[in-house]
Amino acid sequence: MTTEERIELAQWAIKQVLTNGANESAVSISNRRNIEIQYRDKKIERLKESVQNSLSLEIYADQRYSAHSTNDLRRLFLQNFFREAVSSTKYLNPDPFRALPEAKYYPQKADRDLKIYDPSFHIIQPADRLKLARQIEAAAMSQSDKIISATAGYSDVHYENVQIHSNGFVGISTGTMYAASAEVTVQDKNGGRPEDWCSASVRFHCDLPPADMIGKTAADRALRKIGQCKVESGKYDMIVENRSGSRLLSLFQTPMTARALQQKSSFLDGMLNKKIASPLLTVIDDPFLEKGLASRLFDSEGLAAEKKNMIENGILRHYYIDNYYGKKLGMEPNAGSPSNIRLRTGEKSREEMIGNLSRGILITGFIGGNSNTTTGDFSYGIVGLLIENGEIVKPVNEMNISGNAGDFWNRLVEIGNDPYTYAAAQTPSMLFEGVQFSGI
Amino acid sequence: MDYYNHFGITNSDIQIVIAEALSRGGDYCDIYFQHKISNSIGLEDKSVNRAYSNVDFGVGIRVLKGDQTGYSFTEEMTVKAMKSAAKTAANIAKDSRTIPPQQLKVHSGPDYYPVQTRWEDVSVDQKIPLLHLINEKVFAKDQRIIKSNIMFSDETSYIFLATSEGKIISDYQPMGSVYVTATAEQNGRREQNYANLAGRKGIEFLTAAAIDKLATDAVQKTVELFEAEKPRAGEMEVVLAAGSSGILLHEAIGHGMEADFNRKGTSIFADKMNKPVAEKFVSILDDGTNPGYRGSINVDDEGNDTEKTFLIKDGILRSYMHDRISARFYKVKPTGNGRRQSFRYAPLPRMRNTYMLPGPHKKEEIIRSVKNGLYAESFTNGQVFIGAGDFTFYVKFGYMIEDGKLTKPVKDVNIIGNGPEVLKNIIMVADDFIMDEGGWTCGKDGQGVPVSLGLPTVKVSRITVGGKS
Repeated sequence: MTTEERIELAQWAIKQVLTNGANESAVSISNRRNIEIQYRDKKIERLKESVQNSLSLEIYADQRYSAHSTNDLRRLFLQNFFREAVSSTKYLNPDPFRALPEAKYYPQKADRDLKIYDPSFHIIQPADRLKLARQIEAAAMSQSDKIISATAGYSDVHYENVQIHSNGFVGISTGTMYAASAEVTVQDKNGGRPEDWCSASVRFHCDLPPADMIGKTAADRALRKIGQCKVESGKYDMIVENRSGSRLLSLFQTPMTARALQQKSSFLDGMLNKKIASPLLTVIDDPFLEKGLASRLFDSEGLAAEKKNMIENGILRHYYIDNYYGKKLGMEPNAGSPSNIRLRTGEKSREEMIGNLSRGILITGFIGGNSNTTTGDFSYGIVGLLIENGEIVKPVNEMNISGNAGDFWNRLVEIGNDPYTYAAAQTPSMLFEGVQFSGI
Repeated sequence: MDYYNHFGITNSDIQIVIAEALSRGGDYCDIYFQHKISNSIGLEDKSVNRAYSNVDFGVGIRVLKGDQTGYSFTEEMTVKAMKSAAKTAANIAKDSRTIPPQQLKVHSGPDYYPVQTRWEDVSVDQKIPLLHLINEKVFAKDQRIIKSNIMFSDETSYIFLATSEGKIISDYQPMGSVYVTATAEQNGRREQNYANLAGRKGIEFLTAAAIDKLATDAVQKTVELFEAEKPRAGEMEVVLAAGSSGILLHEAIGHGMEADFNRKGTSIFADKMNKPVAEKFVSILDDGTNPGYRGSINVDDEGNDTEKTFLIKDGILRSYMHDRISARFYKVKPTGNGRRQSFRYAPLPRMRNTYMLPGPHKKEEIIRSVKNGLYAESFTNGQVFIGAGDFTFYVKFGYMIEDGKLTKPVKDVNIIGNGPEVLKNIIMVADDFIMDEGGWTCGKDGQGVPVSLGLPTVKVSRITVGGKS
């Protein structure tokens, strides 16, 4: 199906839904082409290719709301599907806040090039994909004879999404994504088989890091876990390496949404323009970041994207307000979910931060745990490295950190200069003082 | 139910697709047709004001060459589209050969989830009053309740599988679930928690008693958090309450016993088969045959009969959980654990209902034996590092145990341990086994599958609890 055919199908769908009795409707039609390779033991372990389509539909009928989706795009099926969808919507309770966003919130022009589509996608050959995966595995395996298993991964995806609302919004987004990764397991003397990984996701094929770097990084990270053990419970200074930092930022994410505020389940309720973190923390939501993994001109409701400092010098400046809960709260909508997240970076490298630490733990990964969005309490499992007198002395694991988001983010004392660019949340390394660890 | 008619295919179509799939020299292939219908309705602010539905339709084609997998799927149910997908999947092998047509034979099995009324025959207006009833009960039970959210979901999946070994299998998989969230306020402080109920059942699972229990549990689990604090940090004795503590088995042992990790040597259990790993009174099963439970399956997604698989029997490690690839590698019979999220994915060894058999001790005796420890009662989520054996699970609520008695309530704390170590440290198992009926979903390699879990009251002699100093 071409873009024009998708637009035509979406317009037809809206017409059908309105004819069946809806007052308003939003339709999106997407297509996704995907290839995935897993390579292990010098051969392909799994090769997967797919093309998938989907149609999603929102129905607004007499202040009643429902949403539906299907991957069956045959018009004969859809006609019946729409009829049943509209008919079942009429049983719901009316809700005065259910309506499409007002047209003034849609983007006035959507022609900015965010560089999320790589035109070279179509010239990538099966042999190129395989070669990269093979090189990643070989690079990992060459690092040590203690390696039990190294699995290389490669995937690429091309997607197109056409979104049309009955009150005038038309949005088309086309993009590409590539990911390359390695997972390595090594043998420890005590019978354990520690594992670690390295992965990179990018918009353009030419931005993938070298295969060698991916394979070797995963292997080195797994190898340095040999001999890992837990240490005494207590308060430690904590450096969180850049690629793991988004887990901590996620403490704010759900509580910053209009739904959490309206449903009274946010510890950030009433904190707008108040201090919620150390003055070092400035969190920027940047949908216009070129080549960003979450770059967009409009969100899933068609709301125009906007660059915002969500937290500025530790002060909460914005919530994420979507159309529906914004109406319920009487607040202006401003896009209901995060896009690319960047932090204002500092001067020091991670190595300098480690060198300056007399005793602490460098977190290299989280395992499990959860947080309470209503109170801000959290508790996460961790793995990392113990630092003494500015040097890494041994790997640690099987420990937890615990705290409350309000207190915890005020313990931030240093922000690194190394944002992690292979994810939508580009956190740099961060140093926190006096964090509660539990171990022995 | 005529599955051939439902998917618009014939044996001759299947034979054409199989021939294409094996045309490059693959050893085996399967064709997995699926039609899934999902519905949910939600209550918020005392109003049933949202409904969602999804209809998913497609066919996945898998070709195996030794332990290598080629996979493709199509959403178009035509022979042309299926042949094209089969050709893509066939590329995992590199030879060329002609496969004669296979004799196809229908394989039938038991029905572990009979339903009185199929979900397709239940309309939205039948469900709406149930949500209002739960909501009224939630608000009536405690004046501190300020919000209640209820999500009622049902799912029907029709599955039809043909293998190159000539097996034809079909299955009808229903699922119902209700999720009740309550938010309460007391002296300016707020807390939120939830209760849920799920199973491969029809609408009859929402009995008056079940509705009352959902409302009672959601409220009770929320308001009790007001009195709770974080426990002290560090290693301590931990007693796991009967029921949802089965998450311990899922994370600490279950994933590590999935045979793909062992075949590759990446599981900490890879060299422990037939060795003692726990006390003699510890027996752990993964079972697909429990009527109506969320992880039950009549047949796995590779067409193998499901079964009760003893992972650990009387303290000895006895079996991994196998899919076709690993069963061939280990030269054992498949255990019926080859599962997939949908036609879009190749199957992997996955858990079903994982639980521990009752033991010789009494709950009271176990609590009495603890000088200073934690009684963990309700849980939300967990994770494991398969190779290192580190696993976690998050305790939403529990109590401290001091001098053999439950004392201060505690909340929001992560527990972390090492799988084989914790197995060795299970020193008491009670006779009060409970299977949990919550809506657990297990994630692995980007695929989610429904599971269940259960446990009697268990004492672990030493494990690290997050908390404060």
